[in-house]
Amino acid sequence: MNRKPLVSIIGAGMSKFGKHTGLLTRELFAEAASEAFSRCPKLQPKKDIKALFIGHMGEAYEHQGHTASTLADWAGLVGIPATRTEAACGSSGAALRSGIYAVLSGLADVVMVGGVEKMTHRTTAEVTEYLAMASDYPFEQFHGITFPGLFALMATSHMHNYGTTEEQIAKVAVKNHYHGSLNPKAHMQKEITIETVMSSRYVAWPLKLYDCSLITDGASCIILTKPELAQKYTDQPVHIIGSGQASDTIGLYERKSLSSLQATKIAAKAAYEMADIKPEQIDLAEVHDCFTFAEIMAYEDLGFCRPGEGGKLVESGETYLNGRIPVNTSGGLKAKGHPVGATGTAQTYELYLQLTDQAEKRQVKDAKIGLSQNIGGSGATAVVHIYRREK
Amino acid sequence: MSTQEPFTIEQFYNFIKQGKLMAGKCQKCGKIHLPPRPLCDNCYSQQFTWLAVSGKGKLLTYTVIHIAPQQFQNLAPYAIGIFELENNLKIPGIIEGVPQDQLKIGMELTLDLTSCNTTQQWPQWSRYCFKP
Ligand SMILES: CC(C)(COP(=O)(O)OP(=O)(O)OC[C@H]1O[C@@H](n2cnc3c(N)ncnc32)[C@H](O)[C@@H]1OP(=O)(O)O)[C@@H](O)C(=O)NCCC(=O)NCCS
Ligand SMILES: [Zn+2]
Repeated sequence: MNRKPLVSIIGAGMSKFGKHTGLLTRELFAEAASEAFSRCPKLQPKKDIKALFIGHMGEAYEHQGHTASTLADWAGLVGIPATRTEAACGSSGAALRSGIYAVLSGLADVVMVGGVEKMTHRTTAEVTEYLAMASDYPFEQFHGITFPGLFALMATSHMHNYGTTEEQIAKVAVKNHYHGSLNPKAHMQKEITIETVMSSRYVAWPLKLYDCSLITDGASCIILTKPELAQKYTDQPVHIIGSGQASDTIGLYERKSLSSLQATKIAAKAAYEMADIKPEQIDLAEVHDCFTFAEIMAYEDLGFCRPGEGGKLVESGETYLNGRIPVNTSGGLKAKGHPVGATGTAQTYELYLQLTDQAEKRQVKDAKIGLSQNIGGSGATAVVHIYRREK
Repeated sequence: MSTQEPFTIEQFYNFIKQGKLMAGKCQKCGKIHLPPRPLCDNCYSQQFTWLAVSGKGKLLTYTVIHIAPQQFQNLAPYAIGIFELENNLKIPGIIEGVPQDQLKIGMELTLDLTSCNTTQQWPQWSRYCFKP
């Protein structure tokens, strides 16, 4: 727990998440970058920032590839090396990991890491098709399997193995919508009841409309530096003390377990060991609830409860804001929204706010250690980071 | 069985078109690959033989897709399952001919290889499904 941090976060920014008619990806990213710069007034972006790593999933949305250099330009950083990482919904979690590599290598003392996706100008059928590209083409997409479908396959298996119920799964949505109602940047800021979820139409049985994350526009970013330079820029840095990333087979069907994510387990183990932290020491977490059921799996794979007990954990209320381990205080992907490429660093943004006491109505009291879990696709990528406050 | 055919997904679907479900068996370590692959992920061998696999499958998990991609919208709602075949091989596919409220984990269904061909430019693979 007192290990030297890998890197320190000295600033963070996030656009409002929601529907941004008329804006392009680059313009959304500029909004996030501007906030990050203003949170770190001692930083001279053009002089100090030596590299940009961007998570972005799809060029189909705007017919625009080559995103990283474009965003470097729109963030006022043209000239620096800019690299895009693509790992589906885990793209900016993976970009963060790349940023850490860059700082630790000594090649760049200060780097910007972020992510962006602009989705709402496309029809749901188009978005469904673009998102499905992150799953196996020859055996999943080709046979009509969608993203909600993949998580539904896992949910069915979990319900069968452990007796998890649709009501328990629905409680994740109720909790995350409550948290989202406290977040002025969330896409949906309204509370819902269990009936709202249970009576909503099926998207992929057993998952219903309110079990799904939102199709959202948004951008997020953070600025990283070496721990020994952090004080030069801010007296409130947040330290990253553990990092893990893992891969799995692209096809869900090839995996041994259909009700847990092996990549999350591997990434979590690496991050916990690096940080010298046990799951019981985590004060709050942002986890990848692309579908409500995924949050239940995350509880188990991250060690917040035993395998099969995720349904009971959400039922107990302990993952609410004032519970034992608040999860997704931002509203999560469910209520805050899920602009896929932006999600990883948006999780980090929330933890940055929490660990610097800037989360206002949703502030977790005495939060010292946070964790983020960002997954790509149906779990062929998982990225876990552990954060510690300065003092 | 001839060993001329490449151990590729394209060839897997060529066999499907011929009504055969074929896996690749590594000559060095014995691992069976479905779909076949040109490099054994276990021992890195590139030597394989074809192995015919029975189409009898046990349903491991399922869902019913209501919101479908464009191409499948005329089928929705449709059921999808992941099936366990012999030798612990697994494969997903659309389920036909079972009322959706009668789907059950553990039920046995059979791969049907006489299903539709696709007409698109790429890939020109033939789709299979699972039936009672
Ligand atoms: C669930 C989903 C299919 C709904 O799309 P849709 O059927 O086209 O719904 P619409 O956009 O027409 O919205 C209809 C209403 O439902 C609401 N709505 C849409 N998605 C919602 C969601 N996920 N949760 C709650 N409400 C939602 C809309 O706000 C709208 O409300 P209104 O009528 O009051 O304005 C779509 O949101 C989706 O695909 N989500 C999952 C995204 C995903 O897979 N992400 C990647 C995960 S790895
Ligand atoms: Zn082998």
